[in-house]
Amino acid sequence: MSQLVVPTMAEMTAKGETPEVLFWVGCSGSFDDRAKKITRTMAQLLTKAKVKFAVLGTEEACTGDPAKRAGNEFLFQMQAFTNIQVLNAYNVKKVVTTCPHCFNTLKNEYPELGGNYEVMHHTELLQILLNDGRLSVAGGKFKGKKITYHDACYLGRANDVYEAPRDLIAKLDSEFVEMKRSRAKGLCCGAGGAQMWKEPEKGNKDINIERTEDALEVSPDIIATGCPYCNTMLTDGVKNKNKEGQVKVFDLAELVAQASDL
Amino acid sequence: MQYLPNVLFAVLLAVTAVLFAKQASKIRRNILLGRDLDRSDNPKLRWKTMFMVALGQSKMVKRPVAGLLHIVVYAGFVIINIEVIEILIDGLFSTHRVLLFMGAFYDFLIGSFEILAILVLVACLIFLIRRNVLKIKRFWSREMTSWPRSDANLILITEVLLMSAFLLMNASDSILQERMVEHFSKAGAFPISSFFVPLFDGMSTDSLIFMERFCWWFHIVGIFAFINYLPISKHFHIILAFPNVYYSNLEKLGRFSNIGAVTNEVKLMMDPTATPPPADGAPQTFGAKDIQDLTWKSIMDGYTCTECGRCSAVCPANQTGKLLSPRKIMMDVRDRAEEVGKNIDKHGKDFNDGKMLVNDYITAEELWACTTCNACTDACPVNNDPLAVIVELRRYLVMEKSEAPKELNNMFTNIENNGAPWQFPMSDRLNWAKEEQ
Ligand code: SF4
Ligand code: SF4
Repeated sequence: MSQLVVPTMAEMTAKGETPEVLFWVGCSGSFDDRAKKITRTMAQLLTKAKVKFAVLGTEEACTGDPAKRAGNEFLFQMQAFTNIQVLNAYNVKKVVTTCPHCFNTLKNEYPELGGNYEVMHHTELLQILLNDGRLSVAGGKFKGKKITYHDACYLGRANDVYEAPRDLIAKLDSEFVEMKRSRAKGLCCGAGGAQMWKEPEKGNKDINIERTEDALEVSPDIIATGCPYCNTMLTDGVKNKNKEGQVKVFDLAELVAQASDL
Repeated sequence: MQYLPNVLFAVLLAVTAVLFAKQASKIRRNILLGRDLDRSDNPKLRWKTMFMVALGQSKMVKRPVAGLLHIVVYAGFVIINIEVIEILIDGLFSTHRVLLFMGAFYDFLIGSFEILAILVLVACLIFLIRRNVLKIKRFWSREMTSWPRSDANLILITEVLLMSAFLLMNASDSILQERMVEHFSKAGAFPISSFFVPLFDGMSTDSLIFMERFCWWFHIVGIFAFINYLPISKHFHIILAFPNVYYSNLEKLGRFSNIGAVTNEVKLMMDPTATPPPADGAPQTFGAKDIQDLTWKSIMDGYTCTECGRCSAVCPANQTGKLLSPRKIMMDVRDRAEEVGKNIDKHGKDFNDGKMLVNDYITAEELWACTTCNACTDACPVNNDPLAVIVELRRYLVMEKSEAPKELNNMFTNIENNGAPWQFPMSDRLNWAKEEQ
């Protein structure tokens, strides 16, 4: 595979160019090993689709989502204003991100603070790219494979994005199975609201185990997700159940990439 | 003597009205103890939402059995109360079935009321069985202590008794009509109560008149009592559900409010040359420690809560055995609002009882278990928002008390120092692009 070329906003601006879309990578996508793979895959897909994109790179900072959900509004707004300054200085119009938490914050909470952008989740952009023929998937790759999809809270319930991820799976020509609890009724993976950074409170089960059981109940080959945190939580859950041999957890971008022979 | 019943009726009616107005105005006052929040935008969508969710019960039917039974009880309750108009006129003016001039339509009305009455009665019996015999889990969790459980049972039993009285009244009335007793003119159709007629076979006319009168009084006095029971019961939702849904949050569920006061401070910090906006009044607490710091809408949520537990039944934390229960959050808000209200009545506006919503009612352990997943708000049939309360209380713990769990404080420090919740320098943010797949 050819070397991945990821232009930054600074470089593009220096050349007097403007990207079609800013790829907001997010903290997880920048630092978590599993999530970094998803980030690279997404960058490859964008490259393949000839989307002129750029990243903020070292100018990007946490959106402030975990601080806000944990009640630290000061820190959140500090982050928000810093990021908005950067984004507005580059005159960013369109943003795509692989993280539903960044997606929600940028889309819903930044406008009131002066950051107005058209924000897309990567599954929405991939859907458009496939529909427009800028990307294509070869059939057969997932033939006979059972895929189930876990709705991320901040994509589904929080923002009503239910169709784009399902449409991507439908395009893969696989066997799609819905979990008993899905869409608006989907159960959280347990990481939201800053839970990702702390031990859970005392209880009789971990939430990610409960959710993994939902998924395993439909005996899938693949559990698809659209969120780096859900991905971590469910991967851990599958390991906990000793099923990592049979069941794989993939981000939708990775599935699309596999089907388009990347 | 002749007017005694009318006078008695008029007095009872007046007492009912006055007592209810008093209780309702106290609740209104308690709700308005909360902070301002403008929810007057988009009236069209608000009416539509109210029409769908409150009147149409669109979220109730997501659990089909309970939902359909509830619609029967609710529709029955509302429609049968048309009959109360007649009862009021009859009671005040000693008429009997004053509306019967409507002829065939009257028969149709009474007939439909009877059918609804029996449906309501059966539905309430099923509800009682679900709660007390089948012991459905969500009605027996930690916050469902003896009062909330009795409250629910009391309402159901009252409904059963009221409906029985209505049917027995009609049964005895229809026999009296057959016997052409004076005053009991022929009116109404009795598709259901006719089955009860054999019960009264061979009863003397006097006993039947007593029976009919007894049921009539029982029914209406029962309703009067019920009206004044509402304000202390979860059953108050039959009134508040409408304004509560009207004023519900129309934004995307993921959007949390930005605190305006924080915006001003942060702007000042980032640009020291900016002029601070004029401070209006006392500085407000960041987040909420008590109900006065919540918005009025959150307090209204508490008073509207039906204690159905649908929120907790879908809450990931609650289902995995954590202490957090969104239903309890709502019940605590109401209980605390009631307590604060009583304090104001007794000791005046500025009385401080040394208690707070946070810690005394809702503990940090409950608050930190929330994943902010919004399953509770999505499930609530009256569009309550337990998450809004949880977030306000967390804000208080973090910003006023610096009492976040240790790991979260570390996360805050990381974001502050290096712009990520983990300890990675910002300069490494693009490393992923150079690494091997
Ligand atoms: S938002 Fe919090 S309280 Fe509500 S269902 Fe999710 S975890 Fe439970
Ligand atoms: S908050 Fe809503 S869902 Fe929860 S118990 Fe109250 S009425 Fe039911």
